[in-house]
Amino acid sequence: MTSTSLPVIRLVTCGSVDDGKSTLIGRLLADTNNIPLDTLAAAKSVRRSGSTVPVGEIDYSLLTDGLEAEREQGITIDVAYRSMNLSSGARLIIADAPGHEQYTANMAVAASRADVALVLLDATRGVRPQTLRHLNICSLMGVAKVGVVVNKLDAVADSQARFAELSAELTATTEKLGFASVEFIPVSALHGLNIIEASAQFAWFSGPTLLSFIESPMPVAATTGVAARMAVQYIARAENFRGVSGTVAGGQFAVGDEIIVLPSNRTARVAAIETFDGSLQIAQTGQPVTMVLEPDVDATRGDMIAAAASHATPASRFAANLIWVDGEDLVHSRSYLLIAGSAQVPAMVTNVKYAIDINTGAHEAARKLSLNQIGNVELSLNSPLALDSYSANRLTGNFVLVDRVTMRTVAAGMITHALRRSENVVEHHFEVDRDVRAAQKHQTPKVIWFTGLSGSGKSTIANELDKRLVAQGYHTYVLDGDNLRLGLNKDLGFTAEDRAENVRRVGEVAKLMVDAGLVVLVSLVSPFRQDRDAVREQFADGEFLEVWVDTPIEVCAERDPKGLYKKAATGNLPNMTGVGQGYEPPVAPFLRVLGTDATAAVVDQIVGAAFEA
Amino acid sequence: MIETSAVLKALESESIEIIRETAAAFKRPVMLYSIGKDSSVLLHLARKAFHPARIPFKILHVDTGWKFREMIEFRDDQASKLDLDLLVHMNQEGVEADANPFALGASEYTRVMKTVALRQALDEHGFDAALGGSRRDEERSRAKERIMSVREPGHVWDPRQQRAEFWRTYNPNLAQGQTMRVFPLSDWTELDVWNYIRQEGIEVSSLYFAKPRPVVWRNGQAIMVDDERYPLQPGEEPELREIRFRTLGCYPLTAGVESDAKNLDDVISELESVKLSERATRLIDGSDETSMEKKKAEGYF
Ligand SMILES: Nc1nc2c(ncn2[C@@H]2O[C@H](COP(=O)(O)OP(=O)(O)O)[C@@H](O)[C@H]2O)c(=O)[nH]1
Repeated sequence: MTSTSLPVIRLVTCGSVDDGKSTLIGRLLADTNNIPLDTLAAAKSVRRSGSTVPVGEIDYSLLTDGLEAEREQGITIDVAYRSMNLSSGARLIIADAPGHEQYTANMAVAASRADVALVLLDATRGVRPQTLRHLNICSLMGVAKVGVVVNKLDAVADSQARFAELSAELTATTEKLGFASVEFIPVSALHGLNIIEASAQFAWFSGPTLLSFIESPMPVAATTGVAARMAVQYIARAENFRGVSGTVAGGQFAVGDEIIVLPSNRTARVAAIETFDGSLQIAQTGQPVTMVLEPDVDATRGDMIAAAASHATPASRFAANLIWVDGEDLVHSRSYLLIAGSAQVPAMVTNVKYAIDINTGAHEAARKLSLNQIGNVELSLNSPLALDSYSANRLTGNFVLVDRVTMRTVAAGMITHALRRSENVVEHHFEVDRDVRAAQKHQTPKVIWFTGLSGSGKSTIANELDKRLVAQGYHTYVLDGDNLRLGLNKDLGFTAEDRAENVRRVGEVAKLMVDAGLVVLVSLVSPFRQDRDAVREQFADGEFLEVWVDTPIEVCAERDPKGLYKKAATGNLPNMTGVGQGYEPPVAPFLRVLGTDATAAVVDQIVGAAFEA
Repeated sequence: MIETSAVLKALESESIEIIRETAAAFKRPVMLYSIGKDSSVLLHLARKAFHPARIPFKILHVDTGWKFREMIEFRDDQASKLDLDLLVHMNQEGVEADANPFALGASEYTRVMKTVALRQALDEHGFDAALGGSRRDEERSRAKERIMSVREPGHVWDPRQQRAEFWRTYNPNLAQGQTMRVFPLSDWTELDVWNYIRQEGIEVSSLYFAKPRPVVWRNGQAIMVDDERYPLQPGEEPELREIRFRTLGCYPLTAGVESDAKNLDDVISELESVKLSERATRLIDGSDETSMEKKKAEGYF
């Protein structure tokens, strides 16, 4: 197998508290002359409680350990990064991640960029569940080169036998996980054995020292033959110049190459490759460049430029492994923002196929994912993207999901494959379209979306408005939440997930009706902002008018037309909006009306704002 | 053997990607310019990122009125040479109240003239993302900093709100009232910065190079008396010493080091041999390790 040497090597260290990870990293840094003198001096005098290292000697664990303090303060335990220079001239960037199960997400962050992983094992304690977990995470995140570091071999009676025993115990697992390269390395971090130099105490071992393992060239099995890719980040415009800027994320582009812009499928040729340091003939993986295309086809931020001969087919449905990293659970059918490369599109998880037990790698049935859980899911995107599989390209096969309200990153995903279904369904464009139908009815189709608590007066207002509009000659239809639950949505309950799906379906039906040229009045509690926002996005500007029927809950409970509040008060309706479940009012509704006002006045108000403006 | 230039190329490439991402994904990004070596590098990277187009955002310097005179001269010279869209902000209330490091003490002065001033400038112009030149190797609490670091309303840094940062897939979305700080030089070391300055021929302030400067001693550290506002003790006369600076800031708060490094080669070989952490010469940070976290929580860059 051929191999390559990277100028910057990213390393993730995985180990649990007390495996000796801090000591090991401290050793590496100090013994390779990478620690400033004042820091080294401090590590001789300062001691934390429990330290067994005599004052005057270096406590190596102090050179790196910032996590202890965090734990005491109850702050999130973060990944810490440290740089060191290797004797080869390469730069090593160490991502130090905490090892506990509750920090699986942090370790996945660190592993996501790692070229090399060190999985630490305490020889006195043997293989533990976390060892397997760390190996599983490294495999999931696609780390190519893994060193299983057997530490504390100074503290066991027969180091050779112990090392052989532990290596044998883990070999089946490492083979199954399919790393491009795996090495078992015996060390003592405390005494600095086999870290930088081979140790006489491990004379029986003929493999590499820890440092020479890290410095050894990368296996390139995973990167050979990767096709050219570049996500368009930015459009550079200057006098008589327009170029697409981005970083090459796979393969290479040469002047004259045929390329394709995805998802629009426009083809062009690379006419020039510009950089500040001069024009290039070839742009290699990792290089930020600005390409001039001939012809100057329309390419914008979010597009993927790929080799015309070898590109992913844009799709809007994908299967992926997903690691959930937010405190709030995955809600399926809820709309999230999916970021892949420079593209950002609304997307939802339509199906959790199974969860993966991170300690064993076993698949288990699951309906949702919670913090630190990993699952295999199906996703549906609002618009198609050309994503590769993660195993083919780590950069163009990854994505993150973002919560639309908190804007937090809630999940990281690895594409396994595009789902065929979407590719086989091609949207057919009919000649009698929305505009023709609208003209025929002499009206502008739109949706008036009434949201508010149960009993706030949505249906009453919708009913009155409908009568008024029909009297004025409009073609309308009312979609009422309760009525739809008798038919189309009768399989849905009232959990956050089912509500998201309920809102999505009503949104889709409303969209069809707008397409048919109608004015659609929707009366639906639709309590969650992001679900409503997801519907809004399906419509053109001004086509979706959100009307918040704002009625104090006491008034709604007093009216209680369906007896629901009474039922909820006795605890028989756990997901009742406003009681057991929250209601998120619109931040900027098209109109806010008071459910306590006279219905006729409210209707006047809506007609004035939506139909006479 | 791997050449330094190959390491620098890799670091440069990633920084450029981050700068482009910031310019494209935010509505009103800005680049903070402190006049120091890291800022000089950041600026150079921004020029590379957008070439042949112009840098598409403003360059913001938060002035305190107590910067070294050589810094201000250098700043204005760079702005015209590089055709920068430079914006200078000073906390006017602070100026009117005569805020100075002697009356207020270093940390309160820093809060008023740097932290508050930065918040003012960002708010006033509605900047939603600010690029800065901080590096993770500067001190321990920075080692955990994200590339894109989110600030809550009021520019507060809340460690619990920091987002998981996977691959190079950044999440530039902001919730109501949030802003972003972006650190393209996160993975660079001090030595990388100097090697890159030499390799690229980037101009830096003359304060980084040793020459005889008028010095008084405070707590064993050499403070340059840059103008007549510096309060001398009775009978005290500044002495001329051959010093240079490792970091630049407000002159009363930035200690020089005795050195005979007169050019880039000298500075780099000095760094390779001395091996002290950089912040040892920055008076306000020297106190304790957690001080930086506290300042950050208040909105310090
Ligand atoms: N006997 C022995 N003890 C070690 C070795 N490495 C670390 N230790 C000890 O194990 C304990 C935990 O080490 P530390 O580096 O703080 O572990 P961390 O929690 O994984 O960072 C400390 O008491 C170390 O001195 C080793 O190679 N041999």
